[in-house]
Amino acid sequence: MTEWLTATETARRIAAGELTAVKAVDAYLARIAKHDGELGAYLAVDAEGARAQAASIDAARAASAPLGPLAGVPIALKDVLVTRGLATTAASQILGGWIPPYDGTAVQKLRNAGAVILGKLNCDEFAMGSSTENSAYKKTKNPWDGSRVPGGSSGGSSSAVAAALCSASLGTDTGGSIRQPAAFCGCVGIKPTYGRVSRWGVVAFASSLDQVGPLARSVADAALLLEVICGFDPHDSTSLDEPVPDFRKALTGDIAGLRVGIPAEYFAGAIDDEVRSAVQRAAAILQEKGAELVDISLPHTELALPAYYVVAPAEASSNLARYDGIRFGKAAEGARDLLDLYQRSRGQGFGPEVKRRIMVGTYALRSGYYDAYYKKAQQIRALIKRDFDKAWQHVDVVLTPTTPTAAFRFGSKSSPVDMYLADVFTLSCNLAGLPGISVPCGFTTDGLPIGAQLLGKPLDEATLLRTAHVIESAVGLADRRPKGLA
Amino acid sequence: MTAPDTHDTEPTAAASEWEPVIGLEVHVQLATKSKAFSASAVEFGAPPNSLTDPTVLGLPGTLPVFNRAALELALKLGVATESKIRARSRFARKHYFYPDLPKGYQISQYDEPLCEDGHLDLILGGELRRVKLQRIHLEEDAGKNMHVGAVSHVDLNRAGVPLCEVVTAPELRSAEEAAEFMRALHRLVRWLDISEADMEKGQMRCDANVSVRRVGEDRLGTRTELKNINSFRFVQNAVEHEIARQIRILDGGGRIEQETRLWDAVAGTSATMRTKEEANDYRYFPDPDLPPMVVDGNMMGSILRSLPELPAARFTRYVREHGLSPDDARTIISDRPLAEYFEAVVKAHPGDRSGRMIANWMLTELLGALNADGKDIGESPVAPATLSELIRMVEDGTISGKIGKEVFEETFKTGEAPKAIVERRGVQQISDEAALWEIVDKVVGANPKQAEAYAAGKDGLFGFFVGQVMKATQGRANPVITSDLLHKRLGR
Repeated sequence: MTEWLTATETARRIAAGELTAVKAVDAYLARIAKHDGELGAYLAVDAEGARAQAASIDAARAASAPLGPLAGVPIALKDVLVTRGLATTAASQILGGWIPPYDGTAVQKLRNAGAVILGKLNCDEFAMGSSTENSAYKKTKNPWDGSRVPGGSSGGSSSAVAAALCSASLGTDTGGSIRQPAAFCGCVGIKPTYGRVSRWGVVAFASSLDQVGPLARSVADAALLLEVICGFDPHDSTSLDEPVPDFRKALTGDIAGLRVGIPAEYFAGAIDDEVRSAVQRAAAILQEKGAELVDISLPHTELALPAYYVVAPAEASSNLARYDGIRFGKAAEGARDLLDLYQRSRGQGFGPEVKRRIMVGTYALRSGYYDAYYKKAQQIRALIKRDFDKAWQHVDVVLTPTTPTAAFRFGSKSSPVDMYLADVFTLSCNLAGLPGISVPCGFTTDGLPIGAQLLGKPLDEATLLRTAHVIESAVGLADRRPKGLA
Repeated sequence: MTAPDTHDTEPTAAASEWEPVIGLEVHVQLATKSKAFSASAVEFGAPPNSLTDPTVLGLPGTLPVFNRAALELALKLGVATESKIRARSRFARKHYFYPDLPKGYQISQYDEPLCEDGHLDLILGGELRRVKLQRIHLEEDAGKNMHVGAVSHVDLNRAGVPLCEVVTAPELRSAEEAAEFMRALHRLVRWLDISEADMEKGQMRCDANVSVRRVGEDRLGTRTELKNINSFRFVQNAVEHEIARQIRILDGGGRIEQETRLWDAVAGTSATMRTKEEANDYRYFPDPDLPPMVVDGNMMGSILRSLPELPAARFTRYVREHGLSPDDARTIISDRPLAEYFEAVVKAHPGDRSGRMIANWMLTELLGALNADGKDIGESPVAPATLSELIRMVEDGTISGKIGKEVFEETFKTGEAPKAIVERRGVQQISDEAALWEIVDKVVGANPKQAEAYAAGKDGLFGFFVGQVMKATQGRANPVITSDLLHKRLGR
């Protein structure tokens, strides 16, 4: 069963000649064919392209050509990542049928590293949501319990990784969209520091918050992928011109003296008991391994949600102005004039949650209201960032639950605000531009995965990975697989 | 702007009691090789949609990267207009839906523009008049819609081209001043190689805000915005037309509606484009894809050092130091190569009292000959030093002005040095009094009847004698000495 191998091990075997890339790809394609009808993780599978890529990797190896660190590893991508020649929909009708003429930078970097692109994964429309229920195309199930959501917005990414329908995947995270689905599906998911990974070729949701990151079945795999996709990109003016460390070398297992902040605000209030105790056990593990636990306060945490739901919709309302049905995607038929064409195309092409956010964002940016909403939200952002800056004087990482609860059932969040509250622990990280990781730390009695979140200093992904790796090794859940999919 | 008030409906007053208030918003295309936020090339007249890339097309996932070359050009303009330059300015998104705007927003600047509080000097009535500039900011151009019958096409070649928007204070007082402002700005941006500013190519475009108020009133009247006025003449015509329209309405007891009007240059009228109610809410906010634009001391220093003497300063210097007429000075500074040519002639010329003469020769003979050949000053076959050599021969009396013009024509055509032409043709002026006396004496002796008639008071005959002397000398006689000697010989 090569499908359950880690990406690290798959890459090693292919490089060593113990496995061919074509064989690895075929194994995943067979598994997708068998399980994805039920799971619904993929929006598009590029069997032909993947086999061709795999064959060229095998040919390169046969010719003793140098191989990239991901040579032959079958990866799948959230469908907001722009892929040359491969339909990219952002799970929206309005982009239906659009075949991009270019690859995004993260995708290009994966290809350069030898990764094989299996296909495109489902998500919430334009990455707006926490359950993948907002996809215009299909429902994606949680591999651990088919009646539950895989999280969102990168729900296809978490589901496919957890079910071994790919070796690892990329997602995007604007307010928790990598970490929350990773937690719900028992994967490792990391959102890098804002600016670490280029946003060139990422269908924009909220430009000042969006980041690309990996979802994987191990911390080592996440480190491997992260190292490949990070780095300065002249195509993205917000990209950071900073050296990219060897993240895999960070996984030393040594956290002696590490100061771990435990913020009171993340353990109080509406949080599931099983989740709280699992994260507390993770804290205890870190302490056992030589870390020091420090009680801290991040007093502006409760303002993260309202600030986020101004900033993100405002930027989204602007970023989504280009979808008019004329140059790409679907133009509505029967329009009387230009305005009617815009209204019909956008009215038909966007789903309800996207429309809601466009309206909220448009309202917030109205002339005369900028100061009261967008500017105020940016001020709150600065306060949240300052909370963390103060915390970094005392601690190296912050440990929190990734989500207040484990994966919820389809349709169980009756109001938009209920749904927004599912992201309450992950928003601050984006607002402050910090790196954050979710690592599995336990299971509920119902057999649902629980994620622990670690937040780090800017550019200090290495410490997050090292700490997450210690938790991963100690809880020993790596071999646990969803029933019926093993 | 303030809303209309009761002044609009006061009893009719004579038209002369209304005072126009005009502010201009001028878009100047910056002369960069590539677009403002992508590597796509900038060119005029390329096949439609050939100058695009994923960013210009606004494809999902694309991002803007600012072209620093545009910043340098904008800074030059900011420094040349003595504007306050913001050390950190921001790009903002301006939203509206239109097919020529691929992203659904234009990247512009809003509350943190690059330049503020500058000024530009106009030449009006032979003097400088200073006009305040509220701001100069950077933005990208939109594409172009083309309507062919029932079908509309979009050409995005122009989309993303960098522009400077120059906004004046509302302190222009006539259509003539508005047109003059455009000329002054046009001159300046060309002078500094900021823009080619070819209005026919749309590289410089103007919108005008026009209102009128009673003379002596401080408050501004309700304004209208005129769009699409894209030549100096159109600016003047459109603004004149709008002032007259507003006065007509107010005199008739009506009130001005705040609206945007489109100027139709062919029909010579304007029509409502959109009313205040239809105005867009642009929902400006800082573009999160672009970090603040930082101007540091080094950059400012190198711009300051590279800035040449500006046209308005030169105008003043030419009038004051070289004694040029304001009209001549203005013509010479209208084009930097022309002004540099003038500088070069002056530099080659001994003494500093010849400016007026140099200007005359340049503007009459040189420009006349160049125009006739369809050449511009950069292609002049007569070098500045050559023109100086010729003018010197006229100044020191070696040749007459008349001969000088002939010599000029020849040197212009053949490139032969004026001195060589004069020597070869033997056309040096005769200023030797004894030699001229001999000729004068002979001419008067040969025409006794005319001499008698002149003596009897027929003044008109003097010219006849001058003509005879010139004929006898093939035009080489020094006219001043000739005239002196003729008076002496003729007895009055």
